[in-house]
Amino acid sequence: MPVISRGFRGRRGEGPSDRIPPGQHRVDDFPVLSAGPTPHTPLEQWTFTIESGAEPVTWTWDEFRALPREEVTVDIHCVTKWSKLDTVWEGVSLDTLLGHVEHDASYLVAFCDGGYTTNLPLEHVTDGKAWVAYGYDGEPLEPEHGGPARLLVPHLYFWKSAKWIRGFRLQDEDEPGFWESNGYHLLGDPWQEQRYWGD
Amino acid sequence: MADERRLDGNAIGGLMLELFGVEMTTATGVCRTCGAADLVARLEVYMDAPGTIVRCAHCRAVLMRIVRAPERTWLDFSGLRSIELPR
Repeated sequence: MPVISRGFRGRRGEGPSDRIPPGQHRVDDFPVLSAGPTPHTPLEQWTFTIESGAEPVTWTWDEFRALPREEVTVDIHCVTKWSKLDTVWEGVSLDTLLGHVEHDASYLVAFCDGGYTTNLPLEHVTDGKAWVAYGYDGEPLEPEHGGPARLLVPHLYFWKSAKWIRGFRLQDEDEPGFWESNGYHLLGDPWQEQRYWGD
Repeated sequence: MADERRLDGNAIGGLMLELFGVEMTTATGVCRTCGAADLVARLEVYMDAPGTIVRCAHCRAVLMRIVRAPERTWLDFSGLRSIELPR
């Protein structure tokens, strides 16, 4: 006899109502969305940098991989209306990264190979809410999904989880990024359906 | 592969016609970054992102960002120095 989970609506493409935000549908594949060509930065040239008022802090790939790592299982939600449940990632918590920097900033701008940027309030990426991920589903993160490393902020729409991340700028002001400066919401909470300006 | 997702400027012909009422694929855009002049039809287009991105075919700079919401559209053409329309 099939087991039916409480909270499952049972129709294809839907999922537990407490895990699929309004306007979203569940997918089992991992769609690839990209605003440009996929960068292929060699690992020996890859660095991760946190810029703040003080001297920037930079890690090489090997140094970054030596930082304390975490494995997390999270649901992700794309503003193009798909959600994917129970995705498994490996990476470094932003709490760990920001612990290496003295600052009094309130926001960050993530910057990436290819020129992409996105903005985030620090309160939304600290206390176990965000990671720089280099592993997905037990394997190195593939370039088309943002490898060698991408930001992972699963409680916000996935455009915030910037692919091909190379660092953050810490700052006092919330500076709109690539999509946020042309229509997309400054924060992007999927449970509030914060897709566009004014939502 | 990224190239499999890359389209050419003909992919935005219908969208441009809807927004501006003119055929834009035969217009010439000049890249603000590298100065290259190209027919819109020859530009590089990515449409599977949260918006439509048009890039210079020479330096890959972003020329246009187009975001469509159900009742609103945002356009950023700041990567273009000029657009020349044939009469």
